[in-house]
Amino acid sequence: MHTGITDEQLKQLLNDILEIYGYDFTAYTKASLKRRINRLYALDRFPSFAEFLYRIRTDQKYLNRFVEELTVNVTEMFRDPHFYGALREQVFPILATYPFIRVWHAGCSTGEEVYSTAILLKEAGLLHKTLLYATDLNPEVVKIAASGILPAGAMQLYSENYIKAGGNADFSSYYTANYGHVLFQSELRKRMVFSTHNLVADSSFNQFHLILCRNVLIYFERELQGKVFALFDESLENLGFLALGSKETLKLSPVISRYQQFGKDKIWRKK
Amino acid sequence: MEKKISDPKAVIIGGSAGSLKVILEIVRNLDKDFLLPVIIIIHRKNDPESALIDVLSEAAVLPTKEAEDKEFILSGTIYLAPAGYHLLIEQDYSFSLDSSEKVHFSRPSIDVSFQCAADAYGERLIAILLSGANEDGTKGFEEIKKNGGVLIAQEPLTAEAPYMPAHAIRYVSVDYICSIVQIGPLIRDYCSSDNTHK
Repeated sequence: MHTGITDEQLKQLLNDILEIYGYDFTAYTKASLKRRINRLYALDRFPSFAEFLYRIRTDQKYLNRFVEELTVNVTEMFRDPHFYGALREQVFPILATYPFIRVWHAGCSTGEEVYSTAILLKEAGLLHKTLLYATDLNPEVVKIAASGILPAGAMQLYSENYIKAGGNADFSSYYTANYGHVLFQSELRKRMVFSTHNLVADSSFNQFHLILCRNVLIYFERELQGKVFALFDESLENLGFLALGSKETLKLSPVISRYQQFGKDKIWRKK
Repeated sequence: MEKKISDPKAVIIGGSAGSLKVILEIVRNLDKDFLLPVIIIIHRKNDPESALIDVLSEAAVLPTKEAEDKEFILSGTIYLAPAGYHLLIEQDYSFSLDSSEKVHFSRPSIDVSFQCAADAYGERLIAILLSGANEDGTKGFEEIKKNGGVLIAQEPLTAEAPYMPAHAIRYVSVDYICSIVQIGPLIRDYCSSDNTHK
């Protein structure tokens, strides 16, 4: 009976994908990759593992599906509401003193957190002078994020998160609902720039005052985490802010000496 | 029926509704001589203010902490899976976290951690499934069985929520079915240097 991809098969597959397609997953955490790969294998009902691996190597279209399924795109608006509360109360008053604000959501997935930040910026009266750059490795999720269209089913939870994050407007005023989906206000979308960007392979492309990269680095091995922190360090203005997921930390990275943690949430400020 | 295992490397425990008091009973039993890491997965709400880790630390003799991303797993330490993430175990015996889809409506999921532990530790693993009201843990038990690890299920009659251990016992041939007070001494016995299981 098949029990899943072996370590040797995984290593071979990742090397092939890098060589054939240029996607580098070799420094992603292996336990998570194995789970995603075994899940996709079961989902797509291949007759054998060899056939599954052959298809990935030879079919570009299937490779796109593979990349989409390999990267985790579970996200929500105002995820960890307390974090968004800290952003609003502690970080935004400092950003407010700048004439122009650049924000980067790295690993934006389908955009839920980008729209969350934009809503809070608007309520703080800062959106008009802010540009939000939102990037992800996966072109399909970037397309969805750029459309501003999300499933309506989750709005109840998002509205509760919004209130917990200190939101006091009517959350539903930020979107129009139709046919099971919602479309976020163009006023929010106008301040966003969407693009694909691969944290593993691509370099710094701008200087930011706030970089948010939440629940992306947990999928990277230590060494790659270090490389990405160096990329963020290079992309962050002096006195800029770096925000990570609730279980991620900068403390193991050598760049930590140039940063100090800002409050109790996972926010660091560059010295 | 005594299952032989040579040189176990880790203990992993999964529990849901009604499992906390059993876990507390187990960790009270593990003293400074206990040399294995103990990895605990409990279904819990994603509440950052949760006091679960304090309750565990209070009861345990061994050092007790929430498992952190990329942290190396140390012997004689009790780790609790953090709320809102699956807890994975890498081949180099370190943890990694994963915020992908819930499994059996749960994140952390017991199946996910059990499957990873089976992959990382092979036959040198002792797994325990406790009280709970859903079927999380059964698939993980299957995987551990395939890899030769030791399976201990809480006797469903002693469980506040018997469904979870009963489901596992029905589908997987477990090595031990234990009452609450038997579990701690059994794993202590497996770990002691002069154990008869070797």
